[in-house]
Amino acid sequence: MAEKNRYLIFLGCAIPYRVAAYEISARRVLQKLGVELVEMPEFNCCGLPMDPVDHEMMLIMAARNLAVAEQRGLNILTLCPGCSGTLRKVNKMLKEDKKLRESINTNLDGVGLEFSGSIEVKHLVQVLVEDLGLEKVKSSVVKPLTMLRVAEHNGCHVLRPKESAGFDDPEDPKMLKSLIEVTGATCLDYMDESECCGAPSVGVNNKIPLQLTRDKLNHIKNVGAQALITICPFCHMMYDTNQGRIEKMFNENYGVPVLHYPQLLGLAMGFSPEKLAFGELRVDVSRIFSAQNSV
Amino acid sequence: MATVETRQTLVKSSEINKGFKYEISKIPGGEKLLNCFQCGTCTSDCPIARFSETYRPRQIIRMAQLGLKDRVLSSDTLWLCASCFTCTDHCPQDVEVANVIRVLRNLATQEGHIPEVFKELGSSILESGYAYRIPELRIKRREALGLPVLPKCNTKNLTKTLNSVHFLRFLEEKGK
Repeated sequence: MAEKNRYLIFLGCAIPYRVAAYEISARRVLQKLGVELVEMPEFNCCGLPMDPVDHEMMLIMAARNLAVAEQRGLNILTLCPGCSGTLRKVNKMLKEDKKLRESINTNLDGVGLEFSGSIEVKHLVQVLVEDLGLEKVKSSVVKPLTMLRVAEHNGCHVLRPKESAGFDDPEDPKMLKSLIEVTGATCLDYMDESECCGAPSVGVNNKIPLQLTRDKLNHIKNVGAQALITICPFCHMMYDTNQGRIEKMFNENYGVPVLHYPQLLGLAMGFSPEKLAFGELRVDVSRIFSAQNSV
Repeated sequence: MATVETRQTLVKSSEINKGFKYEISKIPGGEKLLNCFQCGTCTSDCPIARFSETYRPRQIIRMAQLGLKDRVLSSDTLWLCASCFTCTDHCPQDVEVANVIRVLRNLATQEGHIPEVFKELGSSILESGYAYRIPELRIKRREALGLPVLPKCNTKNLTKTLNSVHFLRFLEEKGK
């Protein structure tokens, strides 16, 4: 049994590459909630980017991380849904399929690793809702964000495929919404809420993914959201980093600030925007503070 | 604007590989290819199909069923799927559409049809363990931001575990 309130943090590739604010704010709020994070003793990419070209390569890469975590005796916490989706799926596959497990273990054997299936993998949202509980998260709120009206975007790989993601309803996801609501903010419904942001197709096509993001931004703007809340580094890049580009490309004007969920929670916990790395965000966030300060 | 139908060329019997559907059905993820009865739920719920003139998951599945192996494996549209798994979750016949597409992409890779981006990601992984080449400055900046040292990858060790992997051949070719 892995220890409680202590996790190996699996950062993945996109977060250290471009999305520091997510990591900074997540570490900040988790520490406040009494969660201890241990760094991965060794790391390789979760394997997801290689699945399209070589399924076996993905399986081995994921299994190698799982085996490293097993040696450390800790459950994995990921911030990236791509990583959690992949590691969770492979963990399930290898636990259930003896033949596959034996085959992958042949690959790991040469470097002194073995997959035995002794740990679990959870995304940040799952840790907050399932392991800590909404009440505990709520009790950490000292400055409720009651004047804020926001929208959420889960990202596909925390929700689908349902069979392996399996902790929230992909047709009507509730976890992120309830986590937003405990901060005191209102979470608005909007059209095509659980639809893809387009990020995974960025490398192969430079227009379609931006059209998807634009479509979502239109729906988000139409319901009057003052900010969008994400829990995925890739979705965040689509909405925040690329928002200016989308505005130019399609002659639109959004100005929708995009926060990582722990930045929102951190504000409600009383952390300053500086401590939560708001300076790293691309879209101007001042409208959030003018809304909140009008209380 | 050309419709999808008008762009299609006639199917010649010489193009048909009758064993292709069985080949796919034997690969994990492709097992239920033959369950597809072409209802079109995958395409109508696909966010990429909404904006693409050419990407139609139903059509890809049909091409696979018909045995149009060369045509489907050399098709650029095969690589547009965002792997959001909406089609898989909505398929009334449990076809795991996104996984069939992954199986087809893996087969296309073996035939040498590989978008450049995957070679770049793969090379970076073999070099550093990370899918992106993280600039040294950004790694150093972590300290200034109060973040712990980034975990390292034992790349020699990683490459050793990947010795049976087919795709490495293409990465070695790229490295030459």
